[in-house]
Parts: sequence; structure tokens; C-alpha cells
Amino acid sequence: MTAIPLGVPRRLVEFTLDGREARVPEGATVLDACRAAGKDVPTLCQGDTLRPKNACRVCVVEVEGSRTLVPACSRRAEPGMEVRTDTERVRHSRKIVLELLASSADLSTTPRAAEWIKEYEAKPDRFGPGAARLNDEPRIDNELYVRDYAKCILCYKCVDACGDQWQNSFAISVAGRGFDARIAVEHDAPLTDSACVFCGNCVEVCPTGALSAKREFDLRAAGDWDESRQTETTTVCAYCGVGCTLTLHVQDNEIVKVTSPHDNPVTHGNLCIKGRFGYQHVQNRG
Amino acid sequence: MDLHFGDGKPTDEERAAVDALLGPPESAWEGADRTDADLRWARGGRAARDRRDLLLPGLHALNDRVGWISQGGLGYLCRRLTVPPAEAYGVATFYALFSVRPRPATVLHVCTDLACVTAGAEEVCAGIEARLGPGSGVGVERGPCLGLCERAPAALAVRAGDPVRTAVSAPASVAEAVDTSGAPDAAPEEPPAVAAVPQAGDPSLTLLRRIGVVDPSSLDDYRAHGGYTALRRAFALGPAGVIREVTDAGLVGRGGAAFPTGRKWQATASQPDHPHYLVCNADESEPGTFKDRVLMEGDPFALVEAITIASYAVCAHRAFVYIRGEYPRAVRRVQHAIDQARARGLLGDDILGQGYHLDIEIRRGAGAYICGEETALFNSIEGYRGEPRSKPPFPVEKGLFGKPTAENNVETLVNVLPVLAMGAPAYAAIGTARSTGPKLFCVSGSVDRPGVYELPFGATLGELLDLAGVRAGLRAVLLGGAAGGFVRPDELDLPLTFEGTREAGTTLGSGVVMAFDDTVPLPRLLLRIAEFFREESCGQCVPCRVGTVRQEEALRRIADRTGAGAADDIALLREVGQAMRDASICGLGQTAWNAVESAIDRLGAWT
Repeated sequence: MTAIPLGVPRRLVEFTLDGREARVPEGATVLDACRAAGKDVPTLCQGDTLRPKNACRVCVVEVEGSRTLVPACSRRAEPGMEVRTDTERVRHSRKIVLELLASSADLSTTPRAAEWIKEYEAKPDRFGPGAARLNDEPRIDNELYVRDYAKCILCYKCVDACGDQWQNSFAISVAGRGFDARIAVEHDAPLTDSACVFCGNCVEVCPTGALSAKREFDLRAAGDWDESRQTETTTVCAYCGVGCTLTLHVQDNEIVKVTSPHDNPVTHGNLCIKGRFGYQHVQNRG
Repeated sequence: MDLHFGDGKPTDEERAAVDALLGPPESAWEGADRTDADLRWARGGRAARDRRDLLLPGLHALNDRVGWISQGGLGYLCRRLTVPPAEAYGVATFYALFSVRPRPATVLHVCTDLACVTAGAEEVCAGIEARLGPGSGVGVERGPCLGLCERAPAALAVRAGDPVRTAVSAPASVAEAVDTSGAPDAAPEEPPAVAAVPQAGDPSLTLLRRIGVVDPSSLDDYRAHGGYTALRRAFALGPAGVIREVTDAGLVGRGGAAFPTGRKWQATASQPDHPHYLVCNADESEPGTFKDRVLMEGDPFALVEAITIASYAVCAHRAFVYIRGEYPRAVRRVQHAIDQARARGLLGDDILGQGYHLDIEIRRGAGAYICGEETALFNSIEGYRGEPRSKPPFPVEKGLFGKPTAENNVETLVNVLPVLAMGAPAYAAIGTARSTGPKLFCVSGSVDRPGVYELPFGATLGELLDLAGVRAGLRAVLLGGAAGGFVRPDELDLPLTFEGTREAGTTLGSGVVMAFDDTVPLPRLLLRIAEFFREESCGQCVPCRVGTVRQEEALRRIADRTGAGAADDIALLREVGQAMRDASICGLGQTAWNAVESAIDRLGAWT
């Protein structure tokens, strides 16, 4: 018999969301409530498998009685709270945050960024041609994944995934301060000299494509990466007895990327170096 | 956690510096030479990781001994504390006083902030840099406010070694600063703290009354001048009684946020989670603020007594004082006071025979304005990057080490002594109905007698400036420091109270009152404020990290423009400023546009 865990029964919290009654289980965030109500709140640093870091501030909403706007991703719903997600003040902050990000980083591989920039009428160019940008070159110091710092928005997701939230390798951290802060290993050394175990779980959570598998990076550089031509095949990793679920991304009958579903109870989207990068033997047709 | 340490080896000096702090390593797991026993018994785990909060003192130990933090030194410290090297590197690179690149053993920090720059810091700095070029053995670093505004322009020389030596040159000339950096030991002794108190000797003083009167190194002298009577009263009242007195006195926080102290203590004391902590925020980094330095240097026992009372009220048995790294003399004085108090049974196991135990530890900051934010300060003490946490939960519930914590500014704590000594009603009678008690103001800039002034709340800005001898040609007054706002010379009847400044659309902040005459170009000052925020932003949230950069760029574009030529950029500044105020995580980003906004709206800059 399969036991289905029902979890502890949770009380419902009632509050007002854009003038309408909202009910969510106790402990749910404002973002959960927004999504349950079908509202589209942009998010970048929020991850479905990570604790909210609320660093990007693109999900801010207005809460009655609060001096500043609050991040929907981390603020828990409280009884009686009055939340507004579409006021002029909210739209203004989201617009500016998108402008600040798009004017300083390359969002070309950030899913939905272009759509949000249009929706909020953001004009990243208005800071002028002299506006400081992250102009770092991509760092390619290993065969498995690439760090393209020009696309990094410093969302901390990779650091959290590498640290105590998933991998416990603690290979990377934020170094420096302010606009000069960068994700780095100690002494800015190459990854191959660090504690990195090349599990690629940081790549999995990166929201902008600043971290990408080398294969994807190369295909993109050559202009051959085409998600519309890709199929996804779900299978089980054959390397060890854990049996992680794998999703093989196949383009032109060739595996181009391996991920794992985030809602999988075994992996929560995480894999190890073998599962994520060790697929060459499958297509060794020689 | 499978830690990976590089191949770098510490030098003997680095090893000695770390061992002096942590004691010798017990096994190869901690960095000693490997023995057979180490192969049979792995030491580590939670017990080893529990000392993470010694990371910042460890980084100080390395930096103090050799002047920078090398790969080998950092690796050894990480082994000793079981800290991942990447995280330790992230912490070391967070602080401006540390360097992870080789630099000369002597570093001269020259202040180029508001008060100093109007006193000619730019020329002094250029002169110093011309004299102390590469090869001189002294590194020159331009930096934010050193908290010596009453003696602007200021420079602080730090020479690494055992022990580390520091010397202040203020007011600094090129020759003096160069001499000081060349021989910190031979530099003349700094003037006593009382030199920064123009009102010294005035019998009406309350908070400053002992400064210049007592010997700051003598506990007996402190007791002879009324010291430790407040603590006896506190023990007579009991913790709940102390909180009631402080609440009834109407004492509110003096660090800038003006939160009622009694309410904070009550909320902390009533938390069921234990232990409770008390943290004294002495990371006084707001440009133009130096009152806490004067209190710590001139009357350190008062702070120790006040911390004891506050800890007793909130049921804490461990208290921390986080003093900014640019205040070496304050660190020495407060450390001496704590040692004296401990030796005499006024700290430790059984204070005054009342069965209450408390110990106080000093933690030194390392050059980060953001660590004055209460939750960033917790992270800094805990050995993490000094990045603010998101609230809620608030510190009274989850503060230092995730436990209930009351955090108070130095001046706030020192106010507790008169509250208990004179009683709540008498204290509440000072000042106005909503801002009670005496307040310290840090007056600098275009005045004849800069320094710390004590006035009851409700005195006007004009009265304060008259007292300090404001010079002719006043153009603007900056209230509250870089995070504050400008007011005009025709607003001198502004009452200096929290409610009065709020009604006038400005802020009292930490008590900075900086006067500027019409010789100072306003756009230049604003640019400096913008630079300050860009440099001090921790980088965690986007509005502040990028917004402060865009603010500085816009101000640079319009530095020499007026009217229509500046209008577009002013509109841009307003938009970015509004988003920084609304969407930043902490007060740094939220206030980074205040001064610029006030200069546009109140002073009519660029019109």
C-alpha cells in the first residue's frame, strides 16, 4: 500500500488581496496567494526549491500600514492584511528595478525578462551610454559549465544551492561589496581549484543563464540552441542506487542538457556530476 | 560539509596571530601537524563550527599583524574555525579595512567625507599621495568619515605588527600626516575627549557631565562622580521596574530611528526563547557623527554600567559592544573599563552580590557603514557578511544568533543612567512632551567651535548654531548626516525634536548638524554623498546596488549644469530615488536619496 502523506492540517489565513478576499494556508507567502489567485507577479531571485532571499525586489507589493513596499516572495500572509499588487507605486518600483537590472546586466537569456520590460514600460536605455555595466567576459575554466558574469544579477540562488540549502559544498560565495560584488570562489581562483564538485545544482537554479552548461553555452554561441526543436524525455539515472529522476533535453536526436524535475521528492531538482553531465556514453555511436 | 582548503601555508607570523586569538590547534583537523591519533579520531562537526563568530576577530588578527590577509593566512583561519574558505573570502572582501592583496604594513586612511572635504581634505590628500607614492612603505587610502569631524581634516595611520599601532592626525596637514604615518609611535598624543566638548564644565550637562572631569581609566574616579548608583537603583527596582522607569521616562532610541527603548526591552524580556542578548551598537559610521566616540573615550565606565543595567532588564547574560574599527582609542578605553569592572566584581558572576551574572565582549567593525544597521550588525558579529536581514522577524524575536536581542545605540544606553538616577518623572520633564531628555548634537563644518553639544530636546537649530559660533555666509545645514537632509539658513527656528523635524519634512537622525557656507559648491557635496552610498551599499538588493550607481552617474552629469540642462536628470533622480526608498531592503537604500532630494526641493540646487 502506498502511504500518502497528508501533512499537518493547517489553518487558513484570510486577508485582502487587491480588494478581494484571499484565503491561504497558514505559513503561505503573499506570492503563494497571488499565484493561487492567478495574478502574475514577476520574480527573479525567488526559487521553488530555495528559501526566499528577497534580493531582487521585483516582486514587491504594497501592504497597508507598511512604510515601504514589501517583497511578496518572503512576506508571510497575515490575517487581516491588505495587499495591493498593481498600484502605481508598485508598478513604479518594478519598472525601475527592471531598468536598473537591464541597464547593468545582460538579460537576453532571462526567461520572461523582455515580456516584463514591455509590460512595465521599462526603458533601460535612459541611463545613457555611460551607464556602468557588468562587462566581464565569460569564464570558461572547466569542461562542464560556464560562468558568464555579464548576465549575473547577484540573486544569491547559486550560493544558497551550493551551501546549506542543498549541496553543502560551500564552494562559492558573494565576494566584494555593492556594485563590485561578484559570486566567486576563494581568492577568485578557477573552479577547478575550489571545493566545487561540479554537481551543476547552481546552474539549475540560475534565473538568467549566467551559469550554463558548457554544451548549452557552445550551442548558443554557435546559434544552434533552439528550444522549440527540443523534446524532453523522463528517465531514471542508472549510475547508482538512488535512482534520481532525469529529464533529458534532446535536440536533433542528441542530448543537449539534463535536468531533474523540481517537484521530484528525491532530487528536488538537484543531481550530481554524473547524472547532470555524464550522458556522453548514451550517444557514443562509434 | 566537506571543506576544501587550498595549498597555501600560513607564515609563522600569521599562525602566531591566529593562535594568539584562538589558542594553539588541538589536532591536524584544526591545522596542527598530523599525528597518528588524528587518523583515528576526526574532530569537527557542530562543536568546531560553533566558533564561527570568531571569524571577524580572526580576520582582524591577521590584518593587524601583517597588514593584509593572505591565502595561507585565511586558509589557516578557516581550518581553525571550520569555515568554508569561499565564505571567509566573501567576509574578508566585504570590509574596507581589510585587504586580500599585499599592501604596505602601514596604511594611512585619509577622510574625504563632508566635514573634511570642506576643510580642505582634497588638497591634503593630494599632497599626501604625492609624498607617499609607491615605494614609500605607506599605503594611502581615501575613505569615508573617520568620526573626527570636530578636527577636520583627519587621517588615521595604522601600522601592522605586534601589537598593531595607530595614530591620528587631526587636523591634518600634509607634513603632519606624513610624519604620523612614518612613525605612529612617535606621534603626539591625541587631545583628550573633552577637547570635543565645548560646553565642558557647564553644570547643566547630564550626559557629558563627567567628560573631562573624571579620569576615563579610573573606576574609583568614576564611582566618586556618581558612578554605579544607577546600577544599585536598577537592582532595587528589579528588571520589570527598570523597564517601567525607562518606558515612563519616554526614552527613545538615539541612533536615528527613535524607537521607544522601553518597548524594545519589554518585547525582548518577554520572549520565551533563551538566551537573550544585549548588543550595543557603537558602529557610529554616519558621516558627521562622533558623539558615541566622545562618550566612549571620555566616560567609558558609564557605557559599561548602562550596558549592565540594560542586560539586567532584558535578562541577558552576554552582551556585545560593536565598535567601529576606525575608533582604536574608544576600543582601548572601553576594553580597559570592562576589564576593570570585571576585576572589581561589577561584571562577571555575581555583580554587586546580587547573583546576576553578565559578561561584555567587544567586537570591532572593519569599515562597513552598513554594519550600523541592526541586523547587518548581527550578521557581522556572527561571522557572516554584514548584509541586513529581512524583517520580520524583528531582532526582539530573532536577533543575534537567532535569539531575542535588544540592540541599542551608545547614547541611548548612556541616557538610562540619568533616567534611573533622577527617576522617570524628572527625566521626562526635560525636553518636550514627545521627545524627552537631553540630546547630543555633533556640530561641525562652518562653525567656530565644532564639537558635541548637549541640549534638551526642543532647543532650536539657531540656538545650537549660535552656541557653536556659526560663521557668516551660511548656505545650508545638513541634519542627520548623509542619510539626513538639508535645511535652509532661514529655517533656524526649527525645533530640534523628533516630531519637530518630522513635521518640517526633515530628520534629526543621529544628531548630525553640519553647517556649510556659500564657498562650498553644493553639487560637489551631493556627489560626495552619492559616492558614499555607492561605496557603502552592501549589494544585496537591486534598488540600492544599482540605484546608488545610477544616482552618482546622474549627479556627475549635472555637476556643472543648471536649469533646463539638469531637468531631465533631476527627473530621473526622482524616479530612481523613489524606487530606492520604496523597495530597498534596509535603511541604507531607503535613505540614499534623502539628502539629494532635500537639496533639490529645499535648497533649489541646480536652478
